[in-house]
Amino acid sequence: MAAPTISPAPAPGTPGRRAYTYMDAVRSEWTKFRSVRSTYWTFLVAAVLGIGLAALICAISASHYHSDPEIRFGWNPTDRSIRSLELAQLAFAVLGVLVVTSEYSTGMIRTSLAAVPRRVRMMTAKLLVFGLAALVVGEIIAFASFLLGQALIHGQAPSASLHDHLVLRVVIGAGLYLTLIGIMGGAFAIILRHAAAGISVAVAMLFILPAVAFALPTSWSQPIEEYWPTNAGQEVTMMSHGAHHLAAWTGFGEMAGFVAVVLVIGLWLLERRDA
Amino acid sequence: MIEVRNLTKHYGSTVAVDDLSFDVRPGIVTGFLGPNGAGKTTTMRMIVGLDRPDRGTVTIDGRRYRDLDVPLQEVGALLDAKAFHGGRSAYNHLLCLAQSNGLRRSRVDEVLAIVGLESAAKRRAQTYSMGMGQRLGIAAALLGDPKILMFDEPVNGLDPEGIAWVRRLMRDLAAQGRTVFVSSHLMSEMALTAEHVVVIGRGRMIRDESISTFVNSSSRSSVRVRSPQADRLTEALRRAEARVETDNTGALVVSGIDAATIGEMAAGAGIVLHELAPQRASLEEAFMELTSDSVEFHAAGRVE
Repeated sequence: MAAPTISPAPAPGTPGRRAYTYMDAVRSEWTKFRSVRSTYWTFLVAAVLGIGLAALICAISASHYHSDPEIRFGWNPTDRSIRSLELAQLAFAVLGVLVVTSEYSTGMIRTSLAAVPRRVRMMTAKLLVFGLAALVVGEIIAFASFLLGQALIHGQAPSASLHDHLVLRVVIGAGLYLTLIGIMGGAFAIILRHAAAGISVAVAMLFILPAVAFALPTSWSQPIEEYWPTNAGQEVTMMSHGAHHLAAWTGFGEMAGFVAVVLVIGLWLLERRDA
Repeated sequence: MIEVRNLTKHYGSTVAVDDLSFDVRPGIVTGFLGPNGAGKTTTMRMIVGLDRPDRGTVTIDGRRYRDLDVPLQEVGALLDAKAFHGGRSAYNHLLCLAQSNGLRRSRVDEVLAIVGLESAAKRRAQTYSMGMGQRLGIAAALLGDPKILMFDEPVNGLDPEGIAWVRRLMRDLAAQGRTVFVSSHLMSEMALTAEHVVVIGRGRMIRDESISTFVNSSSRSSVRVRSPQADRLTEALRRAEARVETDNTGALVVSGIDAATIGEMAAGAGIVLHELAPQRASLEEAFMELTSDSVEFHAAGRVE
């Protein structure tokens, strides 16, 4: 073990030391994000689920296109290749939760907040880094799903192209939606601080409550279908919007607003609570 | 300099810290003593802003912790040995901390060398022994080359070589003019490193003084005396208003009077002495005495 030789402490108030910045926090959070394995595993799972399922759906439905009139009816090749995000979104939500709760479950949060006592700075830098990474991976999954799916459909059934009306918005929208789902997971996790609780809420938001709504009378289920945040957010990934559905960007905006409210509540609690 | 003023913290109905005020001054090692559960860790957590005080303030050279320009250059804290992500390597753990405060990257290698973790730096931290985890925590505290260092039970889990190293490190840091604030529930540990002690019990201040004053004032020092004429000597000493007891070896344990006076009295009375040995109470005994007082006080308080 080396002798404890340490340079003398700088005199109090030494000039030339700059105050730490928001970008410092972003750099730090990027190092945290890229230096644990769960980041890569979760994104890999999301990509396999998203792209693999898209390929499967497209291959099966295209092969039945001529034999099955139900598939031919209202044939929407873009949607066939992008609907796999229903499953990929779960991986994004889980990663969003874990990015936050791993700080608490490991005890790292105490070190992080002692280093950056401006807590909102630390946490928003974390979600910014995660959001940018999720956006890149989300768009890769969306474009890969679409392109692979259309390649499998091509020749067996009418396929779509990125140049077709609305298709580019739907594909880009799918990546944006996945990103927003991830940030929603992170926002809930700031409030709940435990992975199991955060993932449960995300699953309830994404799958359970929208499904339960169908058991309710129409006067209840219709507004839920229309305005439930994750339903509204998905409109941006749809080619067409039925009655009682929001327009693409209106719906996405509503979900973004919902996530923002959850995030503000989380950050407010983060500032007030003992770490 | 750390200035703690009227610091108070409740957890539910339990008072963890009760109206504490003290300063931690630069250039010396200040020991922070108290039995387990006395509120030492809570106080330290409030100093670095992890817990919100219910009342009172803590300032670092006159500023609140969260207002510091570069927190890691002001205060380096080791609060618990497991406050890192086990899936991350020591190098990346220290790198993300350095980056968060805009510190230069090369500082990571320097602190790894100081704590002797270079060869394990790329390994995931969950593979570390407790002692290695403790060293990683110390490396993180040293990262910003801070003016103030705060260690909560730093020798926990270290081997004897590691313990000696931590003691030397703390003394060196203080000798460089830094403020060093170390908690422990082991008095013997403090006797070897601290010059000043802050003693708390049940969240309350018991003592805030130099270690020599602490030992002298908080314990009875006594003199062990052996004499073939013990009865006569006892009588003479009691007349001089000293307290005399007999220990299990038959020696007299005399308090309230110093060894020189006992020797002179014996000589004057023609009493033969076989042994005349001043006994200094150990820091451990002084501490036990103090904290048992605080426990008794609280126990009595509840009954009334």
